[in-house]
Amino acid sequence: MIDYSFIVDFLFMWIRVATPILLTSLGAVICERTGVVNLGLDGIMLISALFGVLGSAWGGNLFWGLAAGVGAALIVSGVFAYFHLMLKANAVLCGTAVNTIAGGLTVFVLQLATGEKGSSSSLKSFSFPAVNIPIIKDIPVLGDILSGHNVITYFAFLMVIVITVFLYRTPMGLRMRAVGENPSAASSVGQNVVKIRFLAILLCGVMAGMGGMYLSMGYLSMFTRDMVAGRGFIALAACAMGQANPVGALISSMVFSFFDGLSNILQLLQIPSEFVQMLPYGATILGLTVYSIQKQRQKNKKNKEIQQNVIK
Amino acid sequence: MDSNKRIHLIVDMAKLMIAILVSCGLVTAIVLGTSSEPMNAFFSFFIGPFTSFRRIGNIVEAASPLMFTALAVILIFGAGQFSMIAEGAFFIGTLGAMMVATSVPLPTGIHSAVALLVAAAMGATVALIPALLKMKWQVSEVVTSLMLNYIVQFFSIYMVSYYFREVSSSSLASIAFLDTSLLPVIIGGTRIHAGIILAVILCLLIYFLLFRTTFGMKLRIVGNNPKFANYSGIKVTGIMVASQVIAGALAGMGGGAELLGMYTRFKWTSSPGYGWTGIAVALLARNNPLLVPLAALFMGYLNVGANIMARNSDVSSEVVKIIQGVMILMIAAEALLKKWKQRMIVEAAKAETGMKGDVVND
Repeated sequence: MIDYSFIVDFLFMWIRVATPILLTSLGAVICERTGVVNLGLDGIMLISALFGVLGSAWGGNLFWGLAAGVGAALIVSGVFAYFHLMLKANAVLCGTAVNTIAGGLTVFVLQLATGEKGSSSSLKSFSFPAVNIPIIKDIPVLGDILSGHNVITYFAFLMVIVITVFLYRTPMGLRMRAVGENPSAASSVGQNVVKIRFLAILLCGVMAGMGGMYLSMGYLSMFTRDMVAGRGFIALAACAMGQANPVGALISSMVFSFFDGLSNILQLLQIPSEFVQMLPYGATILGLTVYSIQKQRQKNKKNKEIQQNVIK
Repeated sequence: MDSNKRIHLIVDMAKLMIAILVSCGLVTAIVLGTSSEPMNAFFSFFIGPFTSFRRIGNIVEAASPLMFTALAVILIFGAGQFSMIAEGAFFIGTLGAMMVATSVPLPTGIHSAVALLVAAAMGATVALIPALLKMKWQVSEVVTSLMLNYIVQFFSIYMVSYYFREVSSSSLASIAFLDTSLLPVIIGGTRIHAGIILAVILCLLIYFLLFRTTFGMKLRIVGNNPKFANYSGIKVTGIMVASQVIAGALAGMGGGAELLGMYTRFKWTSSPGYGWTGIAVALLARNNPLLVPLAALFMGYLNVGANIMARNSDVSSEVVKIIQGVMILMIAAEALLKKWKQRMIVEAAKAETGMKGDVVND
């Protein structure tokens, strides 16, 4: 028998590890909707994670951390957008460049700031607070699972609704979807494709930046070298599997982070840690493959139906 | 048209120069902004790599693994695919070579060859996975290859630490390789090993494959225009898969050569990143295998310079990664210098049709 508190602990942690992937995949949804594949999410998360910590340590409060993290994310996303949209550089190469720069820049700046290359543990940085939700926290089981999370976690789940409304209920959301669906058509009715995509990349950057800051100012309370560890790529996969739809991204993020959470628990058992660490990445490949097979089947079925209708 | 080709070349060269100049300018700015002894740092970075025979050797040693991964990237990107598997194929190659080098006694020469072949086979196998998933079910090769890189990293380290670990060592290291497996040093006073010869031969071979065979012709057509390739009867998916498998074999062999040429034990605790640097090298070489050695030497020079600078001054060696990223951005920027190129093409066309005097420039 697995005892009750174990399950509650696991569910609580599941939500915890899902947060950065969810936030970033919501950003990816906005980008994907306008037809941009943002491979630089990993790098943006990493840079925001560092600058959030530095901002809060130097500014002396959480606000400066948030400002520095979001600002850094905007700058990096702006560079990505400028090279991809204005200078017509391939998005995959732009993303790779952003990730390469981020890997070097964060260690370089970290060493400048702290004299160390491993972590920011010597800095006194601030974290986002955990919040207890008034009524829910008193409900027996549910309260233990849903209350007491970091404020960014609640922000992430709130953003699922906000971005759904934004994409499907506002003029700007409609423009973005139109640009992604058919850029030539959107441009022919007077929409500035480059401008709209630029905006989408910046919004996506802010979301990824929040995801990065959660890692260094919530999940942990410091920055460590390469701490993002491919979560940006997993978020991209979650976005693809969720069909670039906020609710879909939420579900896929929860699926992928289930294995992330599982690996946290299995680490306590006698299984080689390397195998456990592989789990989220393996699950992502598997999930994406199953989804693609499903998608292809549907497509084939549709094609057959069309053919039959034509014959009739 | 001949003049068009010439213009393309001139513009490409100009772009390369801009990329290199911007990168050097960036180093200068970073050093001036952060170092308390900038002159010392500059000297170490730019001149340092040439100050001794051993250090010049270091440049060549650093270039060797990059040539393998850059060739892999050229093949994959050349077929229009964006698999990032070079990194993982390289690392699984080091694992394969390590297993043969530690556990299969063979005569000198044959031992290295078998180890390199096993490394290549393992690299090819890993590269096959995203290629097959893409071919069969349209799974994005970008994401699967990135995920596989992590899986390969953890798997290789698991194998070393559970089956090949040197028990007496406090840090992670494999048992020592058998002497028969090591690649010989070819220039005394340095660590330049036979792997570099292999790399240069492979550059020639891949050039031949790409530009002098029907397979290469098909690969380039598939990369440029898969629809056209399909209509002209080329088996597009077959070419895409083949290019990735060959690329995986190249990167895997590179991993093996690096391990047996530079080390006597497996000591990595994470994937070393040669696959990523290979992307920058491939772009620098304008996707031409014959230019890969030159581009790899340049990148090797930057790496050695950054290491010397980190040792002699207060600027850390991570600067080089920032430079690599900026270079990728600059070279990938298709529209950079586009107006200038356009004007040159128009002028060349005017000259050819004899309209030069009649057209008023506005």
